[in-house]
Amino acid sequence: MLTKRIIPCLDVKDNRVVKGVNFLNLRDAGDPVELGGRYSDEGADELVFLDITATIRSNKTIIELVEKVAANVFIPFTVGGGITEPGQIGELLRSGADKCSINTAAVMNPQILAESSKRYGNQCVVLAIDARRTKGVKNKWHVTVRAGSEPTDIDAVDWAKRAEELGAGEILLTSMDADGTKAGFDIELTRAVADAVDIPVIASGGAGSLESCYDVLADGNASAVLAASIFHYEEYTVKDVKDYLAGRGVAMRPVV
Amino acid sequence: MIVVIDYGVGNVKSVTNAVKYIGCETKVSCDPADIESADGLILPGVGACGYAMEKLGGLADVICDVAKGGKPLLGICLGFQILFDESFEHGTFKCLGLVEGKVVPIPAGRTIPHMGWNYVKFPERMDLFAGLGDGKHFAFAHSYYAEVTDGDAVVAYTDYGMDIAASVQKGNIFGCQFHPEKSGVDGLDVLRNFEKYCKGATC
Repeated sequence: MLTKRIIPCLDVKDNRVVKGVNFLNLRDAGDPVELGGRYSDEGADELVFLDITATIRSNKTIIELVEKVAANVFIPFTVGGGITEPGQIGELLRSGADKCSINTAAVMNPQILAESSKRYGNQCVVLAIDARRTKGVKNKWHVTVRAGSEPTDIDAVDWAKRAEELGAGEILLTSMDADGTKAGFDIELTRAVADAVDIPVIASGGAGSLESCYDVLADGNASAVLAASIFHYEEYTVKDVKDYLAGRGVAMRPVV
Repeated sequence: MIVVIDYGVGNVKSVTNAVKYIGCETKVSCDPADIESADGLILPGVGACGYAMEKLGGLADVICDVAKGGKPLLGICLGFQILFDESFEHGTFKCLGLVEGKVVPIPAGRTIPHMGWNYVKFPERMDLFAGLGDGKHFAFAHSYYAEVTDGDAVVAYTDYGMDIAASVQKGNIFGCQFHPEKSGVDGLDVLRNFEKYCKGATC
C-alpha cells in the first residue's frame, strides 16, 4: 500500500532557511545543507527546497547550494523558485534535484508545463499553487503569483485541473491564509483540489498540531503534508508526526 | 568501478551522489570503452521512453552486448523500463529487449503517477535485497509499469491496487522501478548489494 508522505520544506533566502507568517516577517531557521541532511536521516519522505527570492534563473549560487544539499539527501528532492523555462529544470535535475516546482511562470505561460513534462516526464513536474480564499464567496479560492504578492482572477480548482491536463505530475498546494499560522491546514481547499484531479496533491500551509496533519490527509484527501516551522523549530520530529499518524491508522513508512 | 551511463536523460547526479556515499568507485560516462571495461553498469533515467531510446542511440547495442556477456547491469526507473522488449508510452517504442515483457500505462482509477513510498515484497533469492529483512518501503515515481513475462526473471512486486513490478533480476541483469538512490538507508543497501554482486562477477 502506498504510504502518505511527510515533507519538510526549506524556504531559502540568501543561503539560509527562513520562515514567515502568511509569507511575511521572515526569521532565520538554519542552514539548508544541515537541515536537509538531518531530515533525510530522520525519516522524512521527501524534501522540498524553495528559493523564495526566485533567483534560480540568474543565480549560480542557488545551483551550487542545491548541489550541496542534494549530496546529503537520499530521499526525493524537489526544487523550485523562479523557474521560467524547461531548460532550467534540466540544469536542476543535473544538480541533484529529482522534481521541480513551477508556480508563477506556469500561470504566465501554461505551456511550460506541457514542454517540461514532455521532456523530463510528468513525475518531475510539480505545479505549485499559492491559493487565497476569495472574500465573500464560500469555498472559492483564487490563485496568487509572485510569492503571493499578486492576486489573479484564476480559480484554484480550475487551474489545478488545467495543469493536470497540460502535464503536471503533482500539485503543491499552499493555503496563503493558513501559511505559517500553525492554525491547521485549509481542509476544504485541499479536498476541493484533490477531488478534482487524479495526480497527487501535497497540502501545505498551516501545519501546527498533529491533529491538523491527520485531518488534511484523512478529510482533505491529500497524498502528503508539507511543513516547515514545526520541524525547523523542533516542536515535532518527523518521527513524532509519523508515529501519531500511524497510530490513527494512516499508512506510513516507518522511521527506523 | 561502476559506470553510471550518462545519456542526457535523468537524475544522474542523484545516482552518483548515492553511489559515492556508499564508498563505491564510480564514473559517469557515455564512452563505449568505459562501458566495456566497467565492473558494473547503472542505467538511470527519468522522462519519456521514446526520448530516452533516441538519446541512447548506438549505446543501446553496446549495453546489450556487454549485458549479454555477463556484465552486471542495474536499470533504475526509466532505465528499468527500457530493459524490456517494448514500451507503449506515448506511442510504441522498441527497447533493449534484455528482459521479456512490455511497459504499459498504470490503469486509471487511482492516483497517477504512483508517487511516494510503497512496501515491496521480494523473494528471498533476489540478490539486490539480500539481508534487508521484511517490511521495507521504497520511493516510486512513475505512470507506466512493466508487465514481466520472462520465465527466467525473478520479480519483486508492490501493491498499488494491483501488482506492480518493483524490481526484477534475470541473472546479471537487474532493474528497479523504484529509486534506490532516493529510498533512504534501505535504498543505499540495495546499491551496496549491487556493488557486492559486481565485485563477485567476472566480466
